[in-house]
Amino acid sequence: MTTTSSADNPPEVPPYERRFRTLLDHLVAPILIILNYFGERAIMLGHALSALVRRPFRLRLFLDQMEFVGVGSLPIISLVGFFSGAVSAQQAITALRIFNQERFVGATVGISLAQELAPVFTGLMITARAGSGMATELGSMRITEQIDALSTFAVDPIQYLVTPRVIATTLIMPVMTMVFNIVGLVGAYLFSIYFEHIDLGQFTEQFTYWTDPKDYIIGVSKALVFGLVLSVAACYQGFNVRGGAKEVGLATTRAVVAGSVSILVSDYFLIDAFHILWPYKS
Amino acid sequence: MNQPPTPTSQGSSSSGPEPAGGNPFAQRDERWQIRVRGLNKTFGPQHVLRGVDLDIERGRTNIIIGGSGQGKSVLMKHLMGLLHPDSGEIWVDGIDVVPFTAAEMGKLRRKFGMVFQYAALFDSMNVVENIAFPLVERYNLSRNEIMERVRDLLQRLDLAKVDGIEKKIPPELSGGQRKRVGLARALIDRPEILLYDEPTTGLDPVATKNVDEMIRRTADEFGVTSVVISHDMASTFRIGDRISMLHEGKIIVTGTPQEALASRHPALREFVETSGLVAPENGEGRS
Repeated sequence: MTTTSSADNPPEVPPYERRFRTLLDHLVAPILIILNYFGERAIMLGHALSALVRRPFRLRLFLDQMEFVGVGSLPIISLVGFFSGAVSAQQAITALRIFNQERFVGATVGISLAQELAPVFTGLMITARAGSGMATELGSMRITEQIDALSTFAVDPIQYLVTPRVIATTLIMPVMTMVFNIVGLVGAYLFSIYFEHIDLGQFTEQFTYWTDPKDYIIGVSKALVFGLVLSVAACYQGFNVRGGAKEVGLATTRAVVAGSVSILVSDYFLIDAFHILWPYKS
Repeated sequence: MNQPPTPTSQGSSSSGPEPAGGNPFAQRDERWQIRVRGLNKTFGPQHVLRGVDLDIERGRTNIIIGGSGQGKSVLMKHLMGLLHPDSGEIWVDGIDVVPFTAAEMGKLRRKFGMVFQYAALFDSMNVVENIAFPLVERYNLSRNEIMERVRDLLQRLDLAKVDGIEKKIPPELSGGQRKRVGLARALIDRPEILLYDEPTTGLDPVATKNVDEMIRRTADEFGVTSVVISHDMASTFRIGDRISMLHEGKIIVTGTPQEALASRHPALREFVETSGLVAPENGEGRS
């Protein structure tokens, strides 16, 4: 037989208060989830950045990551850059032809590549190639206890694994963006001159008149931010894998999705901020 | 002088009367190198360690046995400071390491070497780089000095005779070779205490016997204190100087192999009888 006393039961909550608490829970829960999401990543980023000024400095790990993210991504960036430039030229010519203004194709493609296409597409490509690779590698290291092994040798795993990846990706992204810009312009140029028979002089004149260093500064600045967010998203997912091979796969998927979404969302806010800061010339 | 725990103590968290003049564990003990008292650890709703009391004997092979999911690996990670307990004390050579900062823990870990269940070798490095890793990270030694120590260990662990071993990467090694490379990596910085996390898991009987011999020989040759987590009873009785059983979050039996075999604790009896080391006392379950 079981007996209950008043001390065992919590006091009766009036129905209106219960409804209010439920409503409050429903309102607060999503905010907590969002804060938790950004908070955990911010803590990892803070730890990774603070490790930059602590000994030992492992230049070789940083250079390895530069090679993996940068040199390793060159072929795919060049390929995507070339065709993105050609396709954007094709689209621009189609639209401008309505107003008989095809000569502006150099300016249109130049500005859109510099400010938008190059940083965003480069970010997405690096996320797909290097971000997924980072998440998989760190996830595999986690489930095979290699990260624990680092700790047993008194090596800070964040400093050893995350810091070089985040810094290398952040610094190499602007370089890869400029590569995308150059190859994209070559694609646009070849398509416009050889397939659409745009006048060479007009293409280059409009391009040089309308595109400014500021367009490239905006694109490169965005690339820096994209490099940071995609690498933190990838490292966070890989570093925090629990379980087995299936979870590593899921972490990789989450890393690519989170990295891509972060790039597109931050792109909106960044371009808005830059246009307020630095309006278009008229 | 500290008293050793009774051979078949039942895991009580009391550590005996304190001598006048302070904590009995706060001094280096010639017999016990690690003393754990009242260790508790929970993961969410799961209470894994429920007041563990454990003594690790200096220079001996100490085996911790227990079923799957009983918290053996969790206990081992606490010994090395990879996990922080909710409450309890871990005394290493007379110093409670639980309140240690990360930097202090980093220094303490130099006393330890750990051999992981599946060796946990770094995939991106070859055998030499794996073994040399602790030296490269901790000291500023010349390449020749490092190579000398690596080759010495390869020789002593019978790895030198494997063709092209130095340049091999972990996926090219057999299970037994991986364990030995993992052991070499753990030994390279000459630790005082070696922790083995289920070293014979996934190995065939011959490889298991070889790993057992390797543990025994390492303890004798290098004079280290060994702590081995295992559920392989044959290995346990082959190499153990001291056996402790972790059951339901507590150490329920601790003593020499003979004392463990003689224990009447039902959980240990079942473990020993199921392994076939001794015949069941009654014919239950037999047709």
